[in-house]
Amino acid sequence: MHIVVCIKQVPDSAQIRVHPVTNTIMRQGVPTIINPYDLFALEAALALRDQHGGEVTVLTMGPPSAEDSLRKALTFGADRAVLLTDRFFAGSDTLATTYALATAVRKIGETFGAPDIVFTGKQTIDGDTAQVGPGIAKRLGLLQLTYVAKIANVDLAGRSIQVERRSEGGVQVLQTRLPCLITMLEATNEIRRGAMADALRAARAEVVIWSAKDAGVEDISKCGLRGSPTIVKRVFAPSARAEKATMVDFSETAPADALIAEIFKRQPKLEDDLAALARGY
Amino acid sequence: TKKELPEHFKAYKHVWVFIEQERGQVHPVSWELMGAGRKLADKLKVELAAIVLGPDDEATQHAAAEAFSYGADLTYVVADPLLTDYRNEAYTKALTDVVNTYKPEILLLGATTLGRDLAGSVATTLLTGLTADCTELDVDADGSLAATRPTFGGSLLCTIYTLNYRPQMATVRPRVMPMPEREEKPIGRIITHPLGMVEDDIVTKILSFLPDRDSAKSNLAYADVVVAGGLGLGSPENFQLVRQLAGVLGAEYGCSRPLVQKGWVTSDRQIGQTGKTIRPKLYIAAGISGAIQHRVGVEGADMIVAINTDKNAPIFDFAHVGIVTDAIRLLPALTEAFRARLSPHSRDRIAS
Ligand SMILES: Cc1cc2nc3c(=O)[nH]c(=O)nc-3n(C[C@H](O)[C@H](O)[C@H](O)COP(=O)(O)OP(=O)(O)OC[C@H]3O[C@@H](n4cnc5c(N)ncnc54)[C@H](O)[C@@H]3O)c2cc1C
Ligand SMILES: Cc1cc2nc3c(=O)[nH]c(=O)nc-3n(C[C@H](O)[C@H](O)[C@H](O)COP(=O)(O)OP(=O)(O)OC[C@H]3O[C@@H](n4cnc5c(N)ncnc54)[C@H](O)[C@@H]3O)c2cc1C
Repeated sequence: MHIVVCIKQVPDSAQIRVHPVTNTIMRQGVPTIINPYDLFALEAALALRDQHGGEVTVLTMGPPSAEDSLRKALTFGADRAVLLTDRFFAGSDTLATTYALATAVRKIGETFGAPDIVFTGKQTIDGDTAQVGPGIAKRLGLLQLTYVAKIANVDLAGRSIQVERRSEGGVQVLQTRLPCLITMLEATNEIRRGAMADALRAARAEVVIWSAKDAGVEDISKCGLRGSPTIVKRVFAPSARAEKATMVDFSETAPADALIAEIFKRQPKLEDDLAALARGY
Repeated sequence: TKKELPEHFKAYKHVWVFIEQERGQVHPVSWELMGAGRKLADKLKVELAAIVLGPDDEATQHAAAEAFSYGADLTYVVADPLLTDYRNEAYTKALTDVVNTYKPEILLLGATTLGRDLAGSVATTLLTGLTADCTELDVDADGSLAATRPTFGGSLLCTIYTLNYRPQMATVRPRVMPMPEREEKPIGRIITHPLGMVEDDIVTKILSFLPDRDSAKSNLAYADVVVAGGLGLGSPENFQLVRQLAGVLGAEYGCSRPLVQKGWVTSDRQIGQTGKTIRPKLYIAAGISGAIQHRVGVEGADMIVAINTDKNAPIFDFAHVGIVTDAIRLLPALTEAFRARLSPHSRDRIAS
């Protein structure tokens, strides 16, 4: 079977610091990582390949430096990596991103064999919209399975797949046809360490690098800023509340009592509510 | 960047809210969005419509009727047995068809698992913009939807527009908007629309549904009182102090994101942009700095109390009551003081 996994290279948010005075993001030296949610998709794909045979192709759209994340994916055991990179893609919102990625998946299918499953993560840790998976599915006419917690069964010959999907208030057990697109839920597996052989292979592997033209993008006006219906108009710092916080003095002998007194002074009704809650009503 | 709106989009008018039903229950986020939608519609001087999809049964009729009590001027209904359980194919077709037929200028959905699954498909089918997880919705002077959400990685917000495409779509997470007052209203205009599908058109089949056990769910989002801890607590052991205070208050406990990432607390307890949004009467935050992604999850609280050693911590910009001190020392004292104050014994004494 052929599986395509879409991964995004993102700044390691755990290491992002906000400048205390200017309130701007200090990006210098912030390392980039594979979007953590995408590793669950990658592991699910690798496990299916191990079980059924075939190949896993990882795909990312990003700047040339995103090649690092693709190489990392190869060390985990992916078979092939494709980098979609072009200045035309800069400033893409999710609609423009899915246009580019869907085009690249189509090209991957023509070049290396039609995919049976396309995987994405649940969402990213930077844009965080969870819109890219459904967008790719719609553009490729693939059946869409989002928030998948478990892939119960894949019947390659019968072209069908059964999954458990997280929904509001429970789990749906779904069956659908291949090919399909799956967005994988977090904490559903653990990415393997990667074999030594894969690490060596990854270091020497040739990453396939495609421009918009190479990938078969026909309409540049659907890419990047120009192809994005959403426009970020204003970026601003949140304002402080008009009224300053009342500060309780810690040097008082009983600061806890002072704090409670201040809370109930401001909202007398709260004391009754709390007493009722505390009694378990 | 604003061009004259293309001619074929000029007919797009009115504000719509997608009413999400799950096994006969309307998700509360839908009514919260009706409140937000009402304000947008009034400002634009247009109508507010609810759009209800579901099986052809009493629950669907009831949801359509309820929409009027939450401010709808009219309601669109697609009622069909194929819409009994959520499936992307049928729901996407239903919603896209109704949008293409009746042309709303704004379409709002809840950012739930269902809403996100559906919104992404519908926006891509319609080739329009979709702004995710908004914390504020407004219309600007020329009538465009201004959708505000936090930007990644910094303590900043951004306002996103979909100027040249229609409808302008946005999702909002549960509890971000206040629940509007329900006002008993008679059933108004209802427009029904056919689904136009048979079961054989839908490839995906639902084999079964396994409901969550109630005990597995935390009630964090709907709790009246929430106590939360952050990295300032220093260790998972110290986090117990938060749980103890929550226990005395009959409160739910929560945390900032790094504690989930470190594995100190389970992810269903995370409060903020990528966790739960809460609107309690009282929120006590200990050792939490107040980053924007945390702030947007708690701003709806009636009273925010912050305990932090740094008097310049951003949380004091939006807290109502603050105390600059070591939470590890204050929390046990606070737990004891609340216990004493709230015990029936002490209340009898105060009453007499
Ligand atoms: C602060 C901010 C807010 C934004 N808000 C919006 C918004 O509201 N609406 C909007 O349309 N756009 C928005 N964008 C733009 C959006 O982030 C980009 O279009 C981005 O390329 C993809 O969206 P995402 O990061 O949200 O991905 P998600 O939809 O959260 O990602 C889901 C999955 O898709 C795959 N994927 C995503 N991007 C790539 C990629 N480049 N290459 C390979 N696979 C990928 C991954 O598997 C990922 O796990 C915003 C950007 C920023 C910086
Ligand atoms: C895309 C994205 C999404 C995010 N989503 C969320 C989210 O949903 N929820 C969330 O919370 N965060 C989220 N974050 C992370 C957020 O930006 C902050 O990093 C995080 O909220 C900080 O957690 P904290 O306040 O516990 O830690 P810190 O920022 O490290 O703050 C610790 C605070 O404790 C104080 N302190 C230290 N010692 C003590 C003591 N003994 N007693 C009292 N106070 C003490 C310090 O002065 C400091 O203010 C997100 C980030 C990104 C990039």
